[in-house]
Amino acid sequence: MATTAPHPGEEGPRRDFIFVAAISASAVGAGLAVWPFVNSMNPSRDVLAEATAEVDLTPIEEGQRITVLWRKKPVFIDHRAPAKIEEAEGVALGDLKDPQADADRVQRKEWLVLIGICTHLGCIPQGQRVGERLGDFGGWFCPCHGSHYDTSGRIRKGPAPKNLDVPPYSFISDTTIQLG
Amino acid sequence: MAGGPARQYNNRLIRWVEYRMPIFSAVEATIGRDMPTPKNLNYWWSLGSVLFLALIIQIATGIFLAMHYIPNGAMAFDSVEQIMRNVNYGWLLRYVHANGASLFFAAVYLHILRGMYYGSYKAPRELLWIIGVVIFVVMMATAFMGYVLPWGQMSFWAATVITNLFSAIPLVGNGITTWLWGGFAVDSPTLQRFYSLHYLLPFVIFGISLLHVWALHVHGSSNPVGISTRSKQDTIPYHPYYTSKYMSVIGLSFIVLAFLVFYEPNFLSHPDNFKPADPLQTPANIVPEWYFLPFYAILRSIPDKLGGVVMFGASIAILFLLPWLDTSRVRSARFRPTYRYFFWIFVLDVIILGWVGAQHPEGASLLIGRLATAYYFAHFVIILPFVGWFERPRPLPESISKPVLKSGAAVAEAAE
Repeated sequence: MATTAPHPGEEGPRRDFIFVAAISASAVGAGLAVWPFVNSMNPSRDVLAEATAEVDLTPIEEGQRITVLWRKKPVFIDHRAPAKIEEAEGVALGDLKDPQADADRVQRKEWLVLIGICTHLGCIPQGQRVGERLGDFGGWFCPCHGSHYDTSGRIRKGPAPKNLDVPPYSFISDTTIQLG
Repeated sequence: MAGGPARQYNNRLIRWVEYRMPIFSAVEATIGRDMPTPKNLNYWWSLGSVLFLALIIQIATGIFLAMHYIPNGAMAFDSVEQIMRNVNYGWLLRYVHANGASLFFAAVYLHILRGMYYGSYKAPRELLWIIGVVIFVVMMATAFMGYVLPWGQMSFWAATVITNLFSAIPLVGNGITTWLWGGFAVDSPTLQRFYSLHYLLPFVIFGISLLHVWALHVHGSSNPVGISTRSKQDTIPYHPYYTSKYMSVIGLSFIVLAFLVFYEPNFLSHPDNFKPADPLQTPANIVPEWYFLPFYAILRSIPDKLGGVVMFGASIAILFLLPWLDTSRVRSARFRPTYRYFFWIFVLDVIILGWVGAQHPEGASLLIGRLATAYYFAHFVIILPFVGWFERPRPLPESISKPVLKSGAAVAEAAE
């Protein structure tokens, strides 16, 4: 290997310092150079611009469920009947795999808003259309691996680890919500 | 420059791999242990490293641009605007890619001229030179097809003009152009195949570059004095001596690239390419990228379609014959008093051709272009052979060490 004859007094801390400084500067430089490449794969601005969606609730009858698309994901909106609300509120938290009270999952009791993606491996649960299986708890049933969700969208039976997610949303009027 | 007897490696991981697949010793057997390199290489020898880095930059930025680009006639232009406006750092990736191509060509031209000045193509490095010219040809094809992808006016009409070169071929010409286009004019099918090849060819270049490096390390680098290395005294290890020396040139190249990218990103491009491709309207003045201008000038200088295309091809193909057209056995122009002048005249001639390539093909510039074209070929087929025969080279030093060491000072002076 190429080794220069050690000059007295030049070896030791001084050379170590140069090595460490050079390697650190290169590491910082490499990081700065890599970041634009990595970040170019993040959502671009036109994708982020579509990150909110408004939904008009007027046409949804009581007991009806609709699916809307938000950030390319299905969002379930359920206009719950009083019986279903009672059922959801009546469950003891101890019986739940992912304990959460129904009141913490809704802003207005009659409107349940969920991201319609099974928390197991990402399939869309059945129960939105007339005639589809609702599962053992009257909510949703995922056909991929048999997860059952209740009328609050909470996991009750099957492999899914968590309740169906509630997306960020707000009522911008009594009949309109904004997702995102 | 063999690697010597089987080597014991200190690193345990390297030992583990080496025992199962002797890849490290295979590399060493090719490049020689510690890569002994002539000790008198000047900065012009750094261009190979710059080129390698330029290729890596092009491939890296290209792969990420390809994640956002859409090779379709209806969407390509908009997808490039999407990259420029919406994709995070898309503008940076694209400007580095576009200006990186210019850096690549600037470096390759200097690399070729270095070879011509110091006679790097002479025995036993003819094949090394030929492989290099092959890389150059593939590079030109890659750059041309990349220029088509933004699907602006210049892209479209460059594609039209260049593919029409093939229509000059007698009998089958029109059939070949139709086949190249995948239609009856340049259109989406053309764009899609260009995109496919534009992605493929850089990897081909990478592969051929490995052959180039392999061929290089059989006899090692040539050097400014042009005589072969004779003893260990003539060489130093590549690392750290040349890695550190070339690092400075790489830094300089980065500064130039960064200046273009951040301050003048469109200095080398053409405003017409900001207009979407329009098959019904040709721009008033079709100009290729700067790195094709000399060859474009040669194409336009010949007042005959087939003749122009043939001479255009010949102007590049003649480089393959360079090792045999130059009849002098002395490699370096330092010891060739006559050739040295003709070399610089040749450089001037190519620059003039480049200027002509950017002008309208009429009047004085057409005449100058014809004269410069004639001289371009004369340099290779007349001047080089004759200068080799009649020139009286200066005495060569005994070895590389001689003009460097004190005892060789007199020889070194004579060499200047």
